[in-house]
Amino acid sequence: MTETEAVLKGLMLLGLDGDAQAYRLLLSQLGGRLRVYFERRMRDAPGDVEDLVQETLIAVHTRRATYDRAQPFTPWAFALARYKLIDHWRRRKVRTTVPIDDYVDVLAAYTPEPGSAMDLDRALGTLPERQRDLVRDVKLEGLSLAEAGGRAGVSEGAAKVALHRALKALGERMRGRADG
Amino acid sequence: MRTDDLIDKLAARPQPIPAGAVPRRFVGLAAASALAALAMVLAWLGTRDDLAQAMTGRMFWMKAAYTALLGLAGFWALERLARPDGKADRAMLFGALVLALFVGLGLGQWLVADGEHRRAMMMGGSWRVCFGYILTLALPGLLATLVVLRRMAPTRPVLAGFAAGAFAGGVAATVYGLHCGESTMVFVGIWYTLGVLGTGALGAVIGKWMLRW
Repeated sequence: MTETEAVLKGLMLLGLDGDAQAYRLLLSQLGGRLRVYFERRMRDAPGDVEDLVQETLIAVHTRRATYDRAQPFTPWAFALARYKLIDHWRRRKVRTTVPIDDYVDVLAAYTPEPGSAMDLDRALGTLPERQRDLVRDVKLEGLSLAEAGGRAGVSEGAAKVALHRALKALGERMRGRADG
Repeated sequence: MRTDDLIDKLAARPQPIPAGAVPRRFVGLAAASALAALAMVLAWLGTRDDLAQAMTGRMFWMKAAYTALLGLAGFWALERLARPDGKADRAMLFGALVLALFVGLGLGQWLVADGEHRRAMMMGGSWRVCFGYILTLALPGLLATLVVLRRMAPTRPVLAGFAAGAFAGGVAATVYGLHCGESTMVFVGIWYTLGVLGTGALGAVIGKWMLRW
């Protein structure tokens, strides 16, 4: 590791002085290490690994003036990688905080086979009363989470959590019946 | 694009980067911020009437040294926080010590003063405007610093924004001494300190959303 650091730092210093060949070697050596770094941390989204490798390489290039020649190189480069990774998670989180609508899509796309399957109303009937009301208010009548929460006497956040659980249970029940 | 192609493109003709590029940018920014504040003092506030005489006194320079040292602490913190792995602990400690020392001296001055003078020492003749003037004089420098900082690699936007504010606020407060005739440690310890910290707070707020890249 310390040997690698010495090599990478040497290449970086040459690159900072304008040596294109050393700089290219640095970027490709670093690229391989970045790929391993991101692969380990993004098992859930392997398709984004290469994007992050490239984003980090671009940051290394455009922000290389912030590298302090007196300091080790590897911590500097991986601090950039870490920043890009956190930024990526932050952006993904925005997408993953809307799972409720995903469930709705799943439910809407689901067409039960006649006879063997339950319709939505019967599936709803198997839910506890509070969950049933919440699903009805929000998903069938189109109230906002805050309004539905107000009816049930809970906060918007609690309503969101409860709705999420209810839809999950609903999905499981309908799938279970359809399979069976 | 394939990563190898990207690397070829990036490494095609790398511009040489001189050593010390980061501190050099901030030295330039300090000069530009001071000039902007000076222009505002000359064109808008005017220098204090007794400037020539005041400059022979000790307090004028104490005041200038205090705010310049706060600005220096901001500079030091910025120089670290502009880097992705930068830590500003020592710079922050330095700034806190400077602040504590001067405020401590002011408190001592306040304690030995008799009751009727205390209020006058604290409020002076300009306590109402001191904070706002320092903040206003610091604005051009703060915004320029944040724009430059954004193109570097700060990974802690709030802290880096605060450092930018302390830096620009320290410079502006030093220049503001050319206008402001207040000459007690108590006054400077309170209102100048608030001016610099207030600029720091503003920098932190703007930095939180501006320093993303």
